[in-house]
Amino acid sequence: MVKDFSILIGGKAGDGIDRASVIIGHILSSIGYRIFVHRDYPSLIRGGHTFSIIRASEKKVSAHKEKIDILIALNSETLDKHRKILKNQCFYIYDSDQIKTHPDICGTGIPISMILKEENALELMRNSCLIGAFSKSAGIEWDVVEKILRITIPKEVELNLKVAKRGYDSAKQIINIEKIQQNSLPVLTGNEALGLGLIAGGLDAYIGYPMTPSSGLLHFLAGVAPKFGLNVIHAENEIAVIMMALGFAYAGKKSAVGTSGGGFCLMNEGLSLSGMAELPVTIVLGQRTGPSTGLPTYTGQTELFYAMYSGHGEFTRFVVAPCDCEQAYYWAGTSLALSWKYQIPSIILSDKTLAESIYNFDPHKIENIGNADILMWDKKTEYKRYLDTDNGVSPLCFVPESKAVVKVNSYEHDESGITTEDPVITAKMQNKRIKKIKFLKKELEELCQCVNVYGKVDSEIAILCWGSNTPVCVEVCEELGLKVIQPVVLYPFPEKQFAKAMAGVKNLISVECNATGQLATFIQQFGYSVNRKILKYDGRPFSVDELENHLQAV
Amino acid sequence: MSQINLNTSAKNTWCIGCGNFAILNAIKLVLKELIDGGIPQENFVLVSGIGCHAKIVDYININSFYSLHGRVVPVAEAIKIANPSIKVIGFSGDGDSYGEGLEHLLFAAKRNIDITMIIHNNRVYGLTTGQFTPTSPSGFKGRSTPFGNQEKPFNPIELMLASNASFVARGFSHGIDLLKKIFKEAILHKGFSIVDVLQVCVTFYNMYKYYDERVYVMNDNSEKDFQQALNKAREWDYNSDSKIPLGIFYRKQEKTFEESFNSGVIDNKARRVEKIKELLSKINV
Repeated sequence: MVKDFSILIGGKAGDGIDRASVIIGHILSSIGYRIFVHRDYPSLIRGGHTFSIIRASEKKVSAHKEKIDILIALNSETLDKHRKILKNQCFYIYDSDQIKTHPDICGTGIPISMILKEENALELMRNSCLIGAFSKSAGIEWDVVEKILRITIPKEVELNLKVAKRGYDSAKQIINIEKIQQNSLPVLTGNEALGLGLIAGGLDAYIGYPMTPSSGLLHFLAGVAPKFGLNVIHAENEIAVIMMALGFAYAGKKSAVGTSGGGFCLMNEGLSLSGMAELPVTIVLGQRTGPSTGLPTYTGQTELFYAMYSGHGEFTRFVVAPCDCEQAYYWAGTSLALSWKYQIPSIILSDKTLAESIYNFDPHKIENIGNADILMWDKKTEYKRYLDTDNGVSPLCFVPESKAVVKVNSYEHDESGITTEDPVITAKMQNKRIKKIKFLKKELEELCQCVNVYGKVDSEIAILCWGSNTPVCVEVCEELGLKVIQPVVLYPFPEKQFAKAMAGVKNLISVECNATGQLATFIQQFGYSVNRKILKYDGRPFSVDELENHLQAV
Repeated sequence: MSQINLNTSAKNTWCIGCGNFAILNAIKLVLKELIDGGIPQENFVLVSGIGCHAKIVDYININSFYSLHGRVVPVAEAIKIANPSIKVIGFSGDGDSYGEGLEHLLFAAKRNIDITMIIHNNRVYGLTTGQFTPTSPSGFKGRSTPFGNQEKPFNPIELMLASNASFVARGFSHGIDLLKKIFKEAILHKGFSIVDVLQVCVTFYNMYKYYDERVYVMNDNSEKDFQQALNKAREWDYNSDSKIPLGIFYRKQEKTFEESFNSGVIDNKARRVEKIKELLSKINV
């Protein structure tokens, strides 16, 4: 039997649930488990119900399960809401100073308030106490807990350790999460993996405006900016964000921006400018539940078409949807490189699940991102910023360059970048910009793994999915003996690789977190149709159990 | 006199008598002076928005970024941060930077980033054929306000002073000597500089006579006294018929935004990967 545990920790927003779940994730990762943390929190600062599910398994997991081995409740609401999903009704740990009059109480009560008072500790150290109690309940050695707390607690380490030890000693072991002989892996959010990938791809500048679920990317890059010499700017709004990114590109600096749907709306005029002026930019579009403000802190996959068709006018772009930290890292760096090679905008479709969930990251392939292959001016002929070439890509030259005048333009322009309304030049320049897509598509099909296939590859039944939904589909299909097809590159669509993946498939079922089945609709233009759609649009990602039930019903 | 030729092949399409010619001629002379004075020609980047003013970048053979309506400022800021050795001069209209892109302008002043903004303030939309702008006087009958606009105008000088701009001036497009003097000072100023140019649109809002009767050049103001600058700025509110002061209202020296950024991006890929590994080892505990 595969070792596979789930722990749910819940309380009010502001209780530090998030932080505690990260620390528990680290503890479990350090004893050889592969972890995944699903975070569910409302859009407010204090109050409201927040919980995280930490899953730990022998093999890589990137999805949560419904059944819980241990429940950690900071308030009675958590107990009321989640006790029913406990495998054993009494395997919960609670603050016995907070939850006193709960009916049929049988879990492990920890007198946290008393402990804090006795140790003269702060209210926010309640979590340390519960982490200690949890660790004992799960059979984890104190040494492991101490080691992780020393690394993850930013201040007052000794006092936190005291409180944690009191929690540890007050609890009793109820399950046994044994150490696994397996090397441990770094623990990252999807946002952090995207940030590292951008850095590996040669990022110089990142500009953002806070918006869930992409704010974490801004925070992460702002924090590591001195280490990598990056320019990170929190601008006045998303319009400024993308315009600054294009200003950086003009000056030869590789820039990226991050936002969610609403912010991306504001960026659209800049996106079109990127297309017209052929200024590269990489955009991280973190989807959440829409339309409009929607559910700001919940997930969704509703912007596939928006990413593909946003902006006015017709121009070449690249759209990719990674599904976990390894793909996020690889495709973030590769998107930046492709943007610069083809002088186009690239859009990385992320979502709340990918951006903010916590994963293990396998770093053994981190060198694999190619350097941007930038066509530079040879300085032999007069410089023309928009020189038409076979593949439409003009040689670049960055200011200041003594022998060149570099003119970029949002108006239709001639090869020198001077405004024109001439019909012949207009058509010629439109062709120049549009033809790049053929070469981009060819390169992607030949050199990149644009479509991934998982599960039972010769199954006649295949699940079609994209983005953060992929891992849950893979896990369920491996269990049920089905095939999974994930196009990671979505635009330009890798038709050849997709056709190869579809060989032998007679029954295609799409699984998407939206209400209409956007990928299922999109592939119709290439002659494919799905037999059935499994759609979820309540803001929450599929759990393993939930998807399994859906598929078994089919 | 300089032998530098700053002309381009582009055909000039401004109306005869347009105030933009004064700005174009003045800036070309200033650029030549500065280039002759030792700033390399390639170290200038001109940024413009959309509107009649914006065509200016097609008419000057210098590096340029012909941006979007209202979006001169963020582009100019990024170019400056990317390479602080570049002199970035933004050209913008009143609809452009006082309307569509006002927020960017306020933030650039707030940041004191070392760029120069020249506002072609003709107080009417020219290219879209005659609507009121944020600096049109109340009662202005434009095509979108045929019965007279019901709003009061912004006083951009006051607005910029309130936003921490470190160089604030006003010019007028009748004659180029004063423009030349102000433009040069603005470009050489270390910090955010803005020149509001009363630029006349001969087709939709011909104000030559009105301005000629009212403008005067300030010659006794301190330029360093913020309160005095504010008082001078309030002498004319873009709505009344009072005297209109021209010249430099205010200037001060303060730390500039671009100076606060990291320099020395690690370009070497191997070095970056090594640092990424180092970072990952810290979070693999």
